[in-house]
Amino acid sequence: MTSSDALKSVYDAIVVGAGHNGLTAAAVLAKAGRSVLVLEAAEAPGGALRSRIFAPGYRSPGLAHIVNRLDAAVCRDIGLDVAREPRLVPTTVLDGSGRAVVLRGAYGEEIEGVSPEEAAAFAALRKKLVFQAAVLKRFLRRPPPRLGAVGPGDLAAFAAAGFGLIRKGREEARDFLRMLLMNVADVADEYLADDRLKGLLAFDATLGIHLGPRSPTSLLGLYYRLTGEVAGKAGGQCMPAGGMAALGPAFARAAEKAGVTIRCATPVARILADRGRAGGVVTADGTEIAAPIVVSAIHPQKTFLDLVDPAESGTGFIRAIRNLRSRGNVAQLNLALDRLPTFEGLPADAREGRILLVRSMEQVETAFNPAKYGEFSPDPVMEITFPSRADPSLAPVGGCTLSALVQYAPYDLKGGWEAGKPALQKILLEKLEQHAPGIGWSIVAAELLTPADMEAEYGLPGGHWHHGELQADQLLVNRPTFAASGYATPIEGLYLAGAGAHPGGGISGLPGWNAARHILAGEKP
Amino acid sequence: MTLSPRHAAQAHILMPRLETPFHSRLAALSEVNDWYTWSGYKAPHSLADAELEYFAIRSTAALFDISPMVKYRIAGPDAERYLNRLTVRDVRKLGVSRVHYTAWCDDHGHVLDDGTLFRFGPDEFRLCCQERHLPWLLDSAYGFAVTIAEETEEIAGLALQGPTSYAVLSAAGFDVARLKPFDVVTLDRVTISRTGFTGDLGYELFVPRDEALPLWDRLWAAGEAHGIRAIGYGALNQARIEAGFIVANADFMTAETALRADRVRLPDEIGLDWLVDTEKPSFNGRAAILAARRNQSLKHILVGLEIEGNIPAEHAIVYHRGKHEAGIVTAGIWSPIAKRNIAIASLERPYGERFTDDLWVEIYALRELKYQKMMKRARIVPRPFVKLARRSATPPGLR
Repeated sequence: MTSSDALKSVYDAIVVGAGHNGLTAAAVLAKAGRSVLVLEAAEAPGGALRSRIFAPGYRSPGLAHIVNRLDAAVCRDIGLDVAREPRLVPTTVLDGSGRAVVLRGAYGEEIEGVSPEEAAAFAALRKKLVFQAAVLKRFLRRPPPRLGAVGPGDLAAFAAAGFGLIRKGREEARDFLRMLLMNVADVADEYLADDRLKGLLAFDATLGIHLGPRSPTSLLGLYYRLTGEVAGKAGGQCMPAGGMAALGPAFARAAEKAGVTIRCATPVARILADRGRAGGVVTADGTEIAAPIVVSAIHPQKTFLDLVDPAESGTGFIRAIRNLRSRGNVAQLNLALDRLPTFEGLPADAREGRILLVRSMEQVETAFNPAKYGEFSPDPVMEITFPSRADPSLAPVGGCTLSALVQYAPYDLKGGWEAGKPALQKILLEKLEQHAPGIGWSIVAAELLTPADMEAEYGLPGGHWHHGELQADQLLVNRPTFAASGYATPIEGLYLAGAGAHPGGGISGLPGWNAARHILAGEKP
Repeated sequence: MTLSPRHAAQAHILMPRLETPFHSRLAALSEVNDWYTWSGYKAPHSLADAELEYFAIRSTAALFDISPMVKYRIAGPDAERYLNRLTVRDVRKLGVSRVHYTAWCDDHGHVLDDGTLFRFGPDEFRLCCQERHLPWLLDSAYGFAVTIAEETEEIAGLALQGPTSYAVLSAAGFDVARLKPFDVVTLDRVTISRTGFTGDLGYELFVPRDEALPLWDRLWAAGEAHGIRAIGYGALNQARIEAGFIVANADFMTAETALRADRVRLPDEIGLDWLVDTEKPSFNGRAAILAARRNQSLKHILVGLEIEGNIPAEHAIVYHRGKHEAGIVTAGIWSPIAKRNIAIASLERPYGERFTDDLWVEIYALRELKYQKMMKRARIVPRPFVKLARRSATPPGLR
C-alpha cells in the first residue's frame, strides 16, 4: 500500500501490543475521544495474561496466575468488569513437614501455624513494611519526576512522601531510610525466628528478580509487592471472577467498549520514524498504517532494537537500551491433572489461594547461587495455584490444572534449555511428589515454560516478565533508562506504556494508564 | 558484540610511546631531539629549526608524518547509512574518490571529534581523527551491516604541503595534475588525497606500514630539487592557525575527554554549524542541536581575532570593554605570512554574537621572571586568516 490514502492517518494513535498495559493505554486514550488501533502479534489479546491450551482439554492461565496489584483506579477508569468485589485469598507456606503456615487477609493480617510470639513479631514487621511501602506507593500512579524539570506535581508528591514519613515520628522516618536499600534477609532476621515465614518473605521479595534474599536492595522487591492493593488492602491477593484466564479478555472488552479497534495476529514489523518523529507502523504483511502517536506496550528492547530503525536513535540511547538487564529467572510449570491433588498440611479452604513450597530463607538464597552461574536450582522454590478452581473451564470435568512459578531458572542456561528442561522438570515433579504424594499418578500432561520459551511464546526479550529487572538502577527515573523514563522517548510521538516503563511489571495496568494520561496531558492538537 | 574484538584492537595501550613507521628517517634528521607524544606515538615538535620548517610549508615543500592520526576503515553495504547516522554531514553527498571534513556528536549533540572522511568506493570509507573512538563506533554499528577496523597502526601517513608539493609528487612519478581539492586517488598502491591542515597546496599520502620507508625515500629524493624539508608540529600548528582550522582538545574539549560538565560543545559553539545537515536522515545529536538552536540556548561561539601588536595571545582571557570576561584565546600566533597577530578564541555568548565590538585580550608575557601585562584591542575577523589561491588551483603550479 503506497497510495496517498494509506498514508493518511486514520487513527490518532496506534498501540503496539495488546497486553493489559497496551489495552489500558488504548482504553484511556479512546475514552478521551482519540481513535485508537491496537495491534497484537498473537492470535488473542492479553499479553502475558494470554491463556494457552497446553494439553488437550487443558488451558493455562497465562504467565500471571494471581492478582495482587491490579490498580483500582485503572479498573474504574477503563470499566474493567471482572475485578469488582474481589475476595482476598490466603497464602500457605509448606515446608514439607506437614505443618503449614497460613496467612489470611491481606498479606497475613491473620496468621495460623506459628507461635503467638512469632505471630506478633510478623504483625509488627508487616505493619512497618506496609507503612513504608505506602510512602513509595504515591510515586507509582504518576510519571516519574523529570530530573531538571521537576514540576509542581512532583514537588507535591515529594512533600506528601516526606510528610507521610514524619507523620509517625522521626524514628519511623529514620528507619525507612535505613531499611530502604537493605536486603530482605537481614530485615527478616531482625524481626522473625520462624524459617517458613522468613522463606516466604525471601521468596516474595525476589520472585522475578535476579537477586537472592541476601543480595543488597532485595527488600525493594517486597516493597514493590506491598505497594500493590486488592480490595483497598496493601499486600492483598485475589482470583478475579472467572479466573485469571478471564482477565485478558476483560481488558480487551473494556478497550473495545471504549471504542478501541483491536487487531490480533497482526505483528508489527516496523515502527516508522523519520528524523526523530514517529509516523506510524508497518505490519508484518507490509501494510503501512500512519498515526501521529505510536504507543509501544511491548518490551523496550524489542521496541528500539527491532521495530524502530536503530538509525533513528542515538548511539548512547541504543547502548543504554541494549544494556538493560532483562534476563528472566522464573520458569512456569503447568500441570494437567485428572483430580485435585492433596498437599500435606494444606487446609481445604486455602486451595483457592497461593501455596509456597519453601523451607527457609537459606533455601531461597541457596537456590539463587547456581543461577548466578547460569544453572538452575537443584532445590528450587515455587509458588503454586490451581487456576481451574476459579475457572473450571480450564480443565475437563473432574480435572484440575496446577500452575507453579519456579525459581531460579536462568534464561541463559549453561548447556542450553533443550537438555536442561527435562532435568528441571524431573526435579520439579519429584518436589511436588514429596509435598503431594500421588500427584504423579494424576498427571495427564506437563508443560514447563522456561524463560527461553516465554521469550518465544510471549515475545518477551530475555523471557523477563517485568520487561527488565525491577532493581534500584532500573526504577523510577531510570525505567527503562533515563532518556525514555517519562513514557515519552527520544523519538517524538513514540511512547512506552508497558512493564518496561514506570512503575514496572505485574498486573497493575499502571504503566499503560500513566502513559496514556501523560500523552493526553502533553498532547498538542 | 563480544569484548574480544575490542581487546584485540587495544594492543596499542601496552606500549606507551610507539614509534611511527617513519621514525628512523625522522630520528636521523632530528637535530634538536625534541619529541612529544601524539596519540601514543613519538612525534617531533621540530626537527631542526621551527621557523625554517614553517617557511618550508609556505615557500617550498614540507613533509610531516601523520601516521599517529587515528584511522578507521568502515566498510559494508550499510556503511553510508551508518556514517550518515554517525556524523553530522550528509554522507550521501560524498562522492566516490572524494573526502570531506566532518564532525560527530553524542546523543546530547556534544562534539566527540572532528575529522576527515574518505570515500574509496560505494561501501568503503576511512575516517581520520584526533581521538580514539572504537567503542563508540562499534556501539553505533548496532543494526547496521558494517565492519569497523582500527587501522591506525597498519597505515602510515605523510602530509606533503607547500607550493612545490605538486612538483615533488610529479618528480616522484605521481601524476596528480587533475586531482582537485578533496579528491583522492590510489597510484602505485599509494593513496593520495589533495587534503591537508595548512591551507596551502598540499597532499596527504597513505601506504601500508611496510611500504612507508620506500615512500619517504622516493619523496625525499624527488624533493631535493624542490626544497623539501621534514617538519614538526610547531610549524604545522602555525600554518593551521593561519588557515583557521581547529584542533580537538586544543580549541575545544571533546565530549568524551571533558571532565567538567560545562566544557562540552555543540557544533554551533565551535564554528562547525555549517557542517550540520538537518535535512538528511537522523543522526546522533540532531534533536539536541535543533533544540539548542530553537531555544537559543547555545552558550559559546568560536571566533577569529586579530589582535593589535605582535605578542602572541595564546590562552589569554578575552574581555568586553576591558572588564567583562568574555572568553579565552585557544590558539594565537604572530602570522609571518599575514604579518598580523591572529588568534582563535572561544567566547561566551552574547559576546561574539551580539557584542562584537570593544573586545580586548589580556596578554601576560613572561620576560625574565617578570610578567609584562598588556591589554590589547582585539577585532573579530573571518577565518581563514590566510587564503591562498594556489591551495585550490587545478592543475596546481610547480612552484
